[in-house]
Amino acid sequence: MSVLGRLERLDRRWIFLAMFLVVSGPILYMGLTGKLFPEKVTATTQSVFDAVEAVPPGERVLFAFDFDPASAGELQPMATQLLRHCAARKLRVVCIALWPLGNNLAEDTITEVIHADFPQMRDGVDYVNLGFQAGQEQLMTLLTTNFRKGFPVDQRGRDTADLEILEGVRSVTDFPLLIDVGAGFPGSKEWVQYVVTGSGGKLRMVAGTTGVSTPQLIPYYPHQLAGILAGMKGAAEYESLVNAKIGGTPPPRYLEAQRRMGPQLFGHLLLVALIVLGNVIHFTRKARAAA
Amino acid sequence: MTRQRMTWIVLTVVFVGLLVARGFVGQGLGRVYVERGEVSLAKDGRSDQGEPVWRTVPRDQAEHAWITWSRVTPKAFAEAQAKEPGQDRVVLSWPRTVGLWLAALLTLAIFSFLYADNPAYKLSESIFVGVSAAYWMVVGFWETLVPKLFGAILPGTVKAMVQPSLKVPAFSPWAPGTWDAADPAFWPWMQQWGSMAIALVFGVMMLWRLMPRGGWIAGWPLAFIVGMTAGRRMVTQVESDLMAQAEATMQSVLPVTPGLSAWDLFWGTLPGILVLVGVVCCLCYFLFSVQHRGAVGGAARVGVWYLMITFGAAFGFTVMGRIALLAERVEFLLDDWLWLIDPNHLRS
Amino acid sequence: MIARQAVPLAIAIGAGLLMAVSYFLRPLGWMSESASEIFNVVSAIAFVLGAGSLLKANLSTISRRDRGWGYAAVTLGAFLVTLVVGMGKMGVNPSPSSPQAAWSGDQQTAETPFGWIYEFVLSPLSATMFALLAFFVASAAFRAFRAKNAGAAVLLVTAFVVLLGRTYAGVVLTDWMPGWASGLRLENLSNYLMGVFGSAGNRAILIGIALGVAATSLRILLGLDRSWLSREGGG
Repeated sequence: MSVLGRLERLDRRWIFLAMFLVVSGPILYMGLTGKLFPEKVTATTQSVFDAVEAVPPGERVLFAFDFDPASAGELQPMATQLLRHCAARKLRVVCIALWPLGNNLAEDTITEVIHADFPQMRDGVDYVNLGFQAGQEQLMTLLTTNFRKGFPVDQRGRDTADLEILEGVRSVTDFPLLIDVGAGFPGSKEWVQYVVTGSGGKLRMVAGTTGVSTPQLIPYYPHQLAGILAGMKGAAEYESLVNAKIGGTPPPRYLEAQRRMGPQLFGHLLLVALIVLGNVIHFTRKARAAA
Repeated sequence: MTRQRMTWIVLTVVFVGLLVARGFVGQGLGRVYVERGEVSLAKDGRSDQGEPVWRTVPRDQAEHAWITWSRVTPKAFAEAQAKEPGQDRVVLSWPRTVGLWLAALLTLAIFSFLYADNPAYKLSESIFVGVSAAYWMVVGFWETLVPKLFGAILPGTVKAMVQPSLKVPAFSPWAPGTWDAADPAFWPWMQQWGSMAIALVFGVMMLWRLMPRGGWIAGWPLAFIVGMTAGRRMVTQVESDLMAQAEATMQSVLPVTPGLSAWDLFWGTLPGILVLVGVVCCLCYFLFSVQHRGAVGGAARVGVWYLMITFGAAFGFTVMGRIALLAERVEFLLDDWLWLIDPNHLRS
Repeated sequence: MIARQAVPLAIAIGAGLLMAVSYFLRPLGWMSESASEIFNVVSAIAFVLGAGSLLKANLSTISRRDRGWGYAAVTLGAFLVTLVVGMGKMGVNPSPSSPQAAWSGDQQTAETPFGWIYEFVLSPLSATMFALLAFFVASAAFRAFRAKNAGAAVLLVTAFVVLLGRTYAGVVLTDWMPGWASGLRLENLSNYLMGVFGSAGNRAILIGIALGVAATSLRILLGLDRSWLSREGGG
C-alpha cells in the first residue's frame, strides 16, 4: 500500500496518541524547566484588567463562579487571577455560583488565594461566599430587584442581612462591577441579557469564558461587556498582567495559565498539521483520479 | 486470545510495571498529607438577637470540640518530620491518598475509551452518571430548598438544626391569632410564605411525573416555567440582543473623537463599517422570505463570506478550549499523581 | 380538559405576561419577585425530579435484566451512596459560628465525605469526559476538514490564523514583519478577524436568534403556540 493509502486509512488511535504526546511533552518540559512563553496582551484582556483597576479600593465586586470541573482547566486560572487582582486592590469580593459545582470552585479559589496570600481579609467583611442558588436566569432577574431574596444565607450559614459586606446592597446594580467566570448556561451571556443591559450602564461587567463560548460574547464587547478573557490565551495574558502589577517573583502556582500555553502551542500546531495533511491526501487523490 | 485483548494485557502489564518502578525512584508518587487542627468552643454570652456567641477555649473547657484535617504539601510533611521525627501533627492521609489514586484510575479508565470501548470506561461512566445526579440533588436540597423553602415553611426546625441565624417570624400561618396586618413585617412575611407554599405545591405536582398515572399534573408547574421564561426572554432578548446590538453596530461607525485626520478617521471607522456591512449582509443571508437575487443576493453572498470567517474563528477557539481541558488532566496525572514534575514546588 | 389544557395555558399566559409587564411597571415588581422565588425553588425541585427519573430508569433496567443491567446497578449504587452521604451531611462538623446546630456545617469542603466524592470522583470524571473531546476534534479535523470550495477554504484559513495567532507560534512566524504591516502579524490578524468579521457574523446570529425568541415567546403568551402543552400537559 502506498504512503498515501496508508495515511488515508490511518487508525485514528495514532492521532489520539499524537495528541496525547504533543500535550504531555511540553507539560513535562515546562514542568521540569519552569520555562514560559512571553505573552502579548490583547485589547479584550487589557479591558478586563482596566475595569478591575477602575474600581476604587474598599468597593464591593460581585464574583460569579458559573462553571464546573469540566471547564476548570480553562477557567480556574482566570478565576484565581481575578480574585487575586481584586484582593490585591483591596476590593471586597462577594462570591456566588449559579452552577451547582461552582460553589466548590469558589471555595477552592478562596482557599488558594485569600486564605493563602491575603489572610488579613475577614470573612463576611472583606469577602464572602454566598454559595449556589438554583433558578438560572430567573435568579438573575430576582437579584436585580432583591439581592437578599436571591441569596438569603451564606456558605457558613449566616443570614445575609447580618453580613457587613452586604450592608446597603439592595440589588445587583449596587455593585459597580460584576465579574463572571462562566462556561455556558447560565453564564456570561445571560448576565449581559438579564442584568447588565437593563442596568442602564450602572453595572459594568467583565467575563472570563471558555474558548467555545468566546465567539458568542464577542458582539457584546465593549458596549455591554467591558472586557473578556478569551480562553486559555486570555487567562495567560491576564495572569502576566496581574503578576506584573503585584510585582516580585510570583509563586509558581500563579503561573499556571502561562505554563499551559506550552501544550496549547503544540496542540494547535498538531491540529494545523493534521488539517494540512488531510487536505494534501484529499487533493492528491482527487488529482490522481482526474488523471 | 484476540489481538485487542492481547494489547490490553500488554499495556496494563507495562503500565503497572512502570508504576511500581516509579514508586521506588526518588520521592515515590501519589500521596496526600494533612495537618491536624482543633476547634474547641464554649459559649461567650449572647448576641443582640439572643443567639449564643461562641469563643475558642482550651479543649478541656470546650462545650463543642472536634478535630480538623487540612491538606498540606509533601514539603510541609518533610519539614515537620525533619524538625521532629515521628511527629503526629502532619501525617499521611489515607482517605485522601486512596482518593487520589481512585481519581487517577478513573481518569485513565475514561481515557481508555480512546483505544476501544471497554468495561472500565463503562464502569466509570456509570459512576459519573449516578454521582452527578445525586450530587446535584443534594446541593439543590441543602443550598436552595433548606434556606428558602423549608426556611419559610418550617422556620423553627431550620433554625434549630441548620441555620441558627434564621430570623423566625412572629407570625404563623397555622395560627391566625398571631397575624397583625399593622405590623410592617407582616405583609412581606405573608408574601414570602405564600410564594413558598405555591412553590411547594408546584414542586409536588412536578414530581408527579414519576408516578405511573396522572403525568398531566406536572403540566401546571411546567406551564409556569414556560410562561415565565417566555415572558422575560421576550423583553430581554429584544432589549439586549436586538436594540442594544443594533445601537452598538451604529455607534461603531460614527467617529467620536474630534480633530482626527482623514487618514486616521478612515482607519478608525473602517472596523465599524466592516461590522455594519457584515451584520447587514449576514442578516440578508438569513432572510429566507425574500429570494436571494439582485442586491439582496449580492449582500447574502457577502454575508456567507463573513459567516465562513466567523465559523473558522469559532473552530479555532473551540480547539483552544478542548486542548486546555486535556492539558489540565495530563498535568494532574504527571504532577499530582505520578510526581514526575513539580511546577508548583510542592515537594521541593 | 380544563385541568389538562385550559389551566396550564392560563398559568403560562399569566406568568409570562407578569414577567413581561413587570419589567416596565415597577409597582408590579413584588409580584415578579415572588414569581422568581417560586421559579428558583421549583428549579431546585427539578434536580430531585432528574434524580428520581434516573432512579426509575435504572431500577427498571435492573428489574428487567436488560442488557448492561450491571452498569445500571453501578449507577444506582453510586447514586445512593452519594445521596445518603450528602443528604445526611455525614461526617460534617457543625459551623464554628453555630456549633449548637448539628447540620449547620458546610459539607462542600474537602474534609467531608461529600467533599471527598466531589474531589476524587466527580471532579476528575467530569473533567476527563470533556478532555476526551480534544482527541476527537483532532481526528475529525484530519478526516473531514477539507477546502472543497472557496467558502470552506476561507473557513480553513481563518481557523489556521486563529490557531497560530493565539499561541506563541504567531509571534515566532510573523514577528519579523515591519511596523507598518503589523496588522498582518498573526496575533493581530487573529484579533482582527474575531473582533471585526467574527463580531459581525456572531452579531447577526444574535439578532436573528433574538427575533426568533421574541416571536416564539409572543406566540406562547398569546396562546398561539401550544406545542409544549400538547406534549407535556395533555398526556
